[in-house]
Amino acid sequence: MILGIDTSLGSAVAVVEPDGVIRSQTVSADPRGHAEVIGTLIERALGEASIRPSDVTHVAAGMGPGPFTGLRVGIAAARAFALGRGVPVVPVPSHDAVALELLIHDALTGGYEDAADETFAVVTDARRREFAYTLYRGLDADGLPVRVAEPALAPRDDLDAVLADAGAVRRDSDRVPAAMLALAASRALAAGRTIGPADALYLRSPDVTLPHAPKRVFL
Amino acid sequence: MNRAEPLVLGIETSCDETGIGIVRGRTLLSNTIASSMDEHARYGGVVPEVAARAHLEALQPSIEAALAESGVALADVDAVAVTSGPGLAGALMVGVGAAKALAVSLEKPLYAVNHLVGHIAADILQAGAATSTADDDGALEYPTVALLVSGGHTSLLLVRDLTTDVELLGETMDDAAGEAFDKVARLLGLPYPGGPEIDRAAVDGDPKAIAFPRGLSRASDMAEHRYDFSFSGLKTAVARWVEQRQAAGEPVPVADVAASFREAVVDVLVTKALAACRDYDVPRLLLGGGVIANRRLRDTALERGAAAGVTVRIPPLSLCTDNGAMIAALASELIMSGREPSTLAFGADSTLPVTEIQVAESS
Ligand SMILES: [Zn+2]
Repeated sequence: MILGIDTSLGSAVAVVEPDGVIRSQTVSADPRGHAEVIGTLIERALGEASIRPSDVTHVAAGMGPGPFTGLRVGIAAARAFALGRGVPVVPVPSHDAVALELLIHDALTGGYEDAADETFAVVTDARRREFAYTLYRGLDADGLPVRVAEPALAPRDDLDAVLADAGAVRRDSDRVPAAMLALAASRALAAGRTIGPADALYLRSPDVTLPHAPKRVFL
Repeated sequence: MNRAEPLVLGIETSCDETGIGIVRGRTLLSNTIASSMDEHARYGGVVPEVAARAHLEALQPSIEAALAESGVALADVDAVAVTSGPGLAGALMVGVGAAKALAVSLEKPLYAVNHLVGHIAADILQAGAATSTADDDGALEYPTVALLVSGGHTSLLLVRDLTTDVELLGETMDDAAGEAFDKVARLLGLPYPGGPEIDRAAVDGDPKAIAFPRGLSRASDMAEHRYDFSFSGLKTAVARWVEQRQAAGEPVPVADVAASFREAVVDVLVTKALAACRDYDVPRLLLGGGVIANRRLRDTALERGAAAGVTVRIPPLSLCTDNGAMIAALASELIMSGREPSTLAFGADSTLPVTEIQVAESS
């Protein structure tokens, strides 16, 4: 059983069988409060899947991009859960989960031929008047979305021009489906591939300014 | 759960130290600390985002190191404990997220506790190794006054009972004492962290060379802020003094400035702590927090405490700085006193009051 955890937007937890069957999905749309809900969501996802923690064989972690404070909660939780059970963490770029859902949906609704040929951008809010986006084009032989460009940031007002240059259709998302995250992990595992980075996809340096020489206070 | 002598793993991420502690009952088994202090050095102070990123990377290796050191397997742990607050929100959230997932994965109870009260619980683990003036080397007696001084907090507490009754007498109105050390060090061209640097610079200095102000110590302050602290005025006074020297083209006597500044901080900390002991008729003072590493503070507290008939207790420094063992120790006390675990719904509370010793106890 694969436990999927993502807190790059809201908080989402899911349990998926190794062959991709979704056993449970729990979500909180609260864009903050990740630390509050994460434990309850994991417990509920396990309960609704009717499994024990010891049934979990892998933990899929959504690595972002996303607002840092919330994003870290899910990664910390995924790593800690995996440590508790002695099982591996499978890092997955959070946008991969959104892309996988879009591609599967398009395939099911008959638009697959078009979708498979189309370059599209998964776009999520990165705060501070910026969007995070990742470019995709169809599914590969392992059933994983093909990333044609790695996650990046663009100012809100520039995004459409950036995507037009890339010839990509814009697909906004305000949620990351944890079940798709776990499904991507299961497909990566089946193919023996690593699809996510070991570290969080921050895309931004810590927001600090170096101190200047001490300011004159009085003179 | 073994309530008589619980095996507890504690997680502390409230500031810049990732602390993992493992405690069995009142016995310390391991105290692993990973600090991101070096990463903050170039900024001259703790940067919350830098600290939070470092916690995320340090947590797993720190837990593994603590387990290896203590020879404990996660499966044997009776409970997980974590700091819920006070502290830096983003840093706290990393620990809270990890602790909840760990507890759920192990199917073990979780105790969310107060960081400041954890500093007091650290004393329990010293097991007779007290650097106290007193000839008793046994358990901490209550009530006690506690002075907790670090880069993140400066608080004076009255502890009537560790698990049920802690009162905030006073705290800093602006900078924490540790921050004041950092800022004055920068002013004197000394590196971060400022505490040890000021200490080194002050060795040959005259603590009475310059009469720097003692914050909130005037008679008019004492009515409302008897036990509160303020260090921003002191920092400004040091800046003014140094600049006047520089403007006059005179050399700055760094040793005297450092010694006099440190004396002002230490004097006001110890004076207010001992005033609380006297006012509440409590002949015991416990010190905690990273600034306790300052030898002048320890010596002054011990000397003036002895003169005032107050027993001063100082846990070993590894238990004074922020650490996970103190968090595990506090949870262990809560468990031994029969308290139920926290529910999973608590969050990180950057301003958690000391009266909330345990957060979200399930009913
Ligand atoms: Zn502290």
